[in-house]
Amino acid sequence: MSARMLARLLGAITLLGVSAAAMAAGADLGQAEKQPTNWTAIGMFAVFVVGTLFITKWAAAKTKSAADFYTAGGGITGFQNGLAIAGDYMSAASFLGISAAVMVGGFDGLIYSIGFLVGWPVVTFLLAERLRNLGKFTFADVAAFRFSQTPVRVFAASGTLVVVAFYLIAQMVGAGQLIKLLFGLEYWIAVVIVGALMMVYVLFGGMTATTWVQIIKACLLLAGASFMAFMVLYHFGFSPEAMFAKAVEVKTGIAAAAGKPPAEAAAQGFSIMGPGGFIKDPISAISFGMALMFGTAGLPHILMRFFTVPNAKEARKSVLWATTWIGYFYILTFIIGFGAITFVLTNPQFLDAKGGLLGGGNMAAIHLANAVGGNVFLGFISAVAFATILAVVAGLTLSGASAVSHDLYSTVIKKGKADGAAELKVSRITTVCLGIVAVVLGIAFEKQNIAFMVSLAFAIAASANFPVLLMSVLWKDCTTRGAVIGGFLGLVSSVLLTLVSPAVWEVTLGYPKGSALFPYASPALFSMTIGFVGIWLFSILDRSPRAAQDRAGFVAQQVRSETGIGASGASGH
Amino acid sequence: MQPDLTTRILNDPNYQALKAKRSRFGWWLTLAMMVVYYGFILLVAFDKPFLAARLGTGVTTVGMPIGLAVIIFTVLITGIYVHRANSEYDALTEKIAKAALQ
Repeated sequence: MSARMLARLLGAITLLGVSAAAMAAGADLGQAEKQPTNWTAIGMFAVFVVGTLFITKWAAAKTKSAADFYTAGGGITGFQNGLAIAGDYMSAASFLGISAAVMVGGFDGLIYSIGFLVGWPVVTFLLAERLRNLGKFTFADVAAFRFSQTPVRVFAASGTLVVVAFYLIAQMVGAGQLIKLLFGLEYWIAVVIVGALMMVYVLFGGMTATTWVQIIKACLLLAGASFMAFMVLYHFGFSPEAMFAKAVEVKTGIAAAAGKPPAEAAAQGFSIMGPGGFIKDPISAISFGMALMFGTAGLPHILMRFFTVPNAKEARKSVLWATTWIGYFYILTFIIGFGAITFVLTNPQFLDAKGGLLGGGNMAAIHLANAVGGNVFLGFISAVAFATILAVVAGLTLSGASAVSHDLYSTVIKKGKADGAAELKVSRITTVCLGIVAVVLGIAFEKQNIAFMVSLAFAIAASANFPVLLMSVLWKDCTTRGAVIGGFLGLVSSVLLTLVSPAVWEVTLGYPKGSALFPYASPALFSMTIGFVGIWLFSILDRSPRAAQDRAGFVAQQVRSETGIGASGASGH
Repeated sequence: MQPDLTTRILNDPNYQALKAKRSRFGWWLTLAMMVVYYGFILLVAFDKPFLAARLGTGVTTVGMPIGLAVIIFTVLITGIYVHRANSEYDALTEKIAKAALQ
């Protein structure tokens, strides 16, 4: 596999997991063909929308203060929050994208899923409870705890907004493509529906509605995927060996039909059982792995979920539940991918004249739903995929809105003296603005290859947000100046290196192959290092009076982060 | 937080024990996770034939149980930490809070 293909693959993969964004996998999903209007799917989606609007109405009655809006008043349990975090992670993209990757590459698909999972223990061990003990509404509360508020908040809000913006655009484009594909609706109609519903959830229901929409969707997706995996295994008498053997046979048959001699066809068929071309270049692999692992710990819409639980104990429980559900989900997608090889690739009903999947490569799971559960189940899975995007964009918008209203408006502009009602109003205005911007850009970027946007969001989260968060919490000599300069260096270097990487420079901007200055698929290995070294260097060189105050504040911060004594109880403090 | 409260907690031997124990445990587990994950990635990068070797007479390869084991390990190691933190560390934290806030 060429470096460029690897880069594209990695770019697409980035999309798959962590965020729904993956649907964004413009590269992956490509320009989807419009399908015939699917009324069963639309009907089921309508049921979901009506149900969630009732929840929003109920949530709106409970959403009175800023704390209710940002963190559901801290009244979410660890189990519920775990499902919601898992929901943020189990995007339409990871569902459709990873099962498609398994269908194509077999074992390689498993390598991607593992990359998405392994960040969670690190979040648990190093950050989850400290975040809960120090923060109130946003991760900036934690990063700026002992520092000069204005510069650190400005940095954190920039980090949040940049990540949210790239993600949202990717989501919207992905939503439009997916819905065109699944429902047979026009692209712009799909984008407007997503934008409008997302605004309703966030504006009226705040975090309570956003969380419950995410929980319901997570349950539906887990149930649907479990059913599909069960049906596949049932067919093979619950023997993975029988399933693998049939898949190898199907792949061998396809290779032979393409004119390969028998020995080569057999080798190609068997290749799905081991690692293929995914990792040719270890630096790209490790860099990409770091972006996934540490990017997870710097995504603002994931971090804010730690403030919705009442205490550190529930925060820990929520990551354990999230990790469990996500791990289970990835095992399901693996089975679904192999199921797609045996049920979908062997059925001419799902194939076009060239032997490709009808509607594009990401349709593996969708066709499998039809094969194992008929048209009604197909409608169900399509509706769940739409619901997934909706739930994720709502979370993203809420996190962008809180960065503007809580970090910029309330803390920087009003110096912490804004009253709750005014802050709430600003966050609602921001929600509407973000919604409109997302719809407009979503339509503007329809034909663009936006695959790099989610990789970029992850790289920024890993190189800017995560180092600042970690160093401010764990390193006593960290200062305001170090955190802000190092954080911005991480942000700028991750953006620049992504820009001159093959995925953007050659694939998106169209410069000749081989002209990209940065040869690797992900900048994280380098930009994270720049971020950390920047924080360290500018902190130890910092001799200002403010630096002395920052360092002196560490002990009190540490006591609170370790014990939670004095921590906000999450409701209206 | 009032300065005297911070000092009181700082001087509590339970606090020192909690901080040392939890931080050591957290970093060890982080290291374990890194070793397992990057070990897996390096195996993929440098020893593909090993992962693609057949386990028995069938088509199932060595890589399949290893991949599954990495997923299960990830969930288990998170569970181990959370279990210990929610029992042992939280009990210590409660003691510290009680002593400091009385």
